[in-house]
Amino acid sequence: MNRFFDIPSDLQHDWLGLIVVHLREALLPVLGGLLLALPLAQLCVRLRWLYPPVLWVTTVLYAIPSLAFFVVLIDYTGQTELTVMIPLTVYSLVVLVPAIVDGVRSVPQETLAAATAMGFGPVRRYVQVQLPIAVPAILAGLRVATVSSISLVSVGMLIGNQGALGNLLHDAQIYNRPELAWNSVITSAALAVLADGALVVVRVLLTPWMPGAKRGAKSRTAGARPESAAVPALEDAAR
Amino acid sequence: MNVINFVSSFFGESAHWHGYDGIPTRLWEHVQYSLEALVLAAAIGLPIGLLTGHYGRGGNVLSLVATAGRALPTFGLLVVTTIALGFGMLPVMVPLIVLAVPPILVTTYEAMRSVDPPPVDAARGMGMSESGIMLRVELPAALPLILGGLRSAAIQIVSTATIAAYVSLGGLGRYIVDGLYQHDYEKVVGGATLVAGMALATLGLFWALGRAAVSPGVRRSN
Repeated sequence: MNRFFDIPSDLQHDWLGLIVVHLREALLPVLGGLLLALPLAQLCVRLRWLYPPVLWVTTVLYAIPSLAFFVVLIDYTGQTELTVMIPLTVYSLVVLVPAIVDGVRSVPQETLAAATAMGFGPVRRYVQVQLPIAVPAILAGLRVATVSSISLVSVGMLIGNQGALGNLLHDAQIYNRPELAWNSVITSAALAVLADGALVVVRVLLTPWMPGAKRGAKSRTAGARPESAAVPALEDAAR
Repeated sequence: MNVINFVSSFFGESAHWHGYDGIPTRLWEHVQYSLEALVLAAAIGLPIGLLTGHYGRGGNVLSLVATAGRALPTFGLLVVTTIALGFGMLPVMVPLIVLAVPPILVTTYEAMRSVDPPPVDAARGMGMSESGIMLRVELPAALPLILGGLRSAAIQIVSTATIAAYVSLGGLGRYIVDGLYQHDYEKVVGGATLVAGMALATLGLFWALGRAAVSPGVRRSN
């Protein structure tokens, strides 16, 4: 068991250090993706005709295998963390844009009218009414994007040890130490599950008006489950 | 644009069109891996999703399983299964199936749950059996969403089946992995283009499947 956490020195990090690098490489792209997706989604809500082509472009980009994406980028950004993070950002868009668009669109017309009648301008209405109501859908998207981002970082190993915990996979082979590969898989999966749980907590904190613990009621009535209703649309996009 | 130059010289080279490392062979291998993984994943995900969705139970367990499946890094899983099982088809199929089952499972469950209740109640009132309701009322109504889940699983499989090359199998990943080690970017970009093209073809295939299999009434109401 001691050898389990005994990380070879060529990786230049201990186990915790690798976790920090892994989280940085996985979460910065999701954050970047969110910052890109918010204005893009708002544009798609405003200009309806723009939404289908945007979906097509993100889906096509998302069909490019991560490894190929990395390799093409090496020409421009070298064998750096940035090369890993750019494709992950692009992949996260494919989940986040539909999540935000569906979330913002699901805001009832009466609610918007009420906000306008109360004298809210478009910006204030967006920030204080539309975004908060869209939070469950957006966070459902963020969860999928975060979990897949964390598990995709490992592929960065193939372009010269830029895969954080994934680098252990290479070391497992060259030093013939299978426990390092297990360490990589288990740690990365645990990180993903923890990040997922953290986002659920964030969702509960951000939407105090929603019944947090009492979900999973057995009623078959539609509309009672705003979060899971967004799931099929998201699965369309999840890598 | 050197990427476009790479693509045109890759496809222009006639040596890339023949033999065991030719585009037709690699393409066919890729199709085989992808189909096999998709069929196996569907065989696991569809029945469970249909049953749990029909009875409306186990949603929380399903979402846990789906999160766990997504959380497992595909590439890491490939290395681990190869270490545990040796080289071969099985170590490649395991990560691909783990990758593809969550979208199929979750979408099928949610699709079955989101079927309009009145037709289901009507069918039950007319005395249809539970399996009849599930297969002849709920399934056709839920089909567009279910196909969507299968489609996203298929695309993920197609673009991820490239990893088979990392453990010495064939498929389009061969070009990417070999090109990477030979510093032959033309090959890498060519391989990536083929994979992306195949993913697009998959999109088209599922669109056609949706046109053919979804009943006109269901399609109109969507």
